[in-house]
Amino acid sequence: MNPRRKKRFIMTSGIIGGVAIATALVLYALSQNIDLFYTPTEIINGKGAEQVRPEVGQRIRVGGLVVPGSVRREGSGLTVSFNLIDTGPAEVIVDYEGILPDLFREGQGIVAQGILIAPNRLQASEVLARHDEEYMPPGLAEALKGVEHVPPSQWDDSQYRSNDNGADDKSENESGGGYYDR
Amino acid sequence: MWRWLHPYAKPEATFHLVQKLLPWFLVPGIVLSVLGLVWGLAFAPPDYQQGESYRIIFVHVPAAMWSMGFYVAMAAAGLLALVWQIRTAELALLAIAPVGAVLTFISLFTGALWGQPMWGTWWVWDARLTAQLILLFLYLGVMALYVAFEDERAGAKAASILALVGVINIPIIHYSVYWWNTLHQQSTVTRAITRLEAPSIAPEMLYPLLVNIVAMMLISAVLVMLRLNNEILRREIHRPWALKYLGIAVSTPAATTGKE
Repeated sequence: MNPRRKKRFIMTSGIIGGVAIATALVLYALSQNIDLFYTPTEIINGKGAEQVRPEVGQRIRVGGLVVPGSVRREGSGLTVSFNLIDTGPAEVIVDYEGILPDLFREGQGIVAQGILIAPNRLQASEVLARHDEEYMPPGLAEALKGVEHVPPSQWDDSQYRSNDNGADDKSENESGGGYYDR
Repeated sequence: MWRWLHPYAKPEATFHLVQKLLPWFLVPGIVLSVLGLVWGLAFAPPDYQQGESYRIIFVHVPAAMWSMGFYVAMAAAGLLALVWQIRTAELALLAIAPVGAVLTFISLFTGALWGQPMWGTWWVWDARLTAQLILLFLYLGVMALYVAFEDERAGAKAASILALVGVINIPIIHYSVYWWNTLHQQSTVTRAITRLEAPSIAPEMLYPLLVNIVAMMLISAVLVMLRLNNEILRREIHRPWALKYLGIAVSTPAATTGKE
């Protein structure tokens, strides 16, 4: 094999090998976590045909809708807890200390990452908001879905304070998309 | 159809066709870009939950959409280059790849800018975002493969194969948000085609978005056409038609020998 051909051969096989390895790695990685999160139902009842449940102490993500009326702020700090639900009736309680994303509200889709401290309780280190694929002006949203979005940073201070009745007027919020029941 | 298409296997014919079509893409492209961006960024109403931040949709969605659209076009060119051995198709493949890569990059970049204030994170390894990142790598791979061979035809062949193989990724990108749990929301506009559901966006936001989608296609097509014609001209620079087009026919040796 002359040097030029050899060089080309090495180059080509290098590229093909690289692509093959990359694809294999990607597929390997994806096969384990193509789903970004567990739903509350999967955590309580198990996931897939084998009914695999995440173990207590495992680091996982949970995704679901914030149950209206379940948001509780504790103390004067940033500690907050709320329940997540998908198709029901299983609910997972999320405890979180930190700043909630602006899109957070009751009925909103949320993905929380953290450690499972009880079969149905997650100590979250990160809370991400998951908005739906619907876009509309505020007036239309109120008329159509009865939703008026108030970012957590603008919440009334007395609201959501450990189970007081301030949250009641919010509890009628529709979940909106229902995008977890597939 | 082949009888109609066959003349364009000749680079010269393609060059003149593209030259003729160019203004019909360029002028509407500029007009619609300005219209769409001003309409979308200044006049469309804010979103009920995302406020003004959602306006990045007017760049993000068109870029993401056409990053996939141009990939399919590139793969089609790859198929022509492989099966029919049409050289112009190889040049088209080379012309499309960087434009598509930039569209993909724009979609990823604007997505990160959008994700930070709304979701609370720049990036998350969910199926949609990862598949789109793979699309960027596919584009870069096609470009790298094209120039990795000393023999250009061989490079074009390899790049065509990669482009064709990568088409598998396109449906994965689109359906990722339906097949798996993702942080990315589901389709808003394209679902009108793929799922026969009405677009879930208020009309006063949908219209500027559609204008921007068309504008992005036209502008990207203009870039592809310019790249294609530059490439054709560069390769055919010694041919009489190219010299004639460039208006240097008189001063070239070919022309002088013709006169003698």
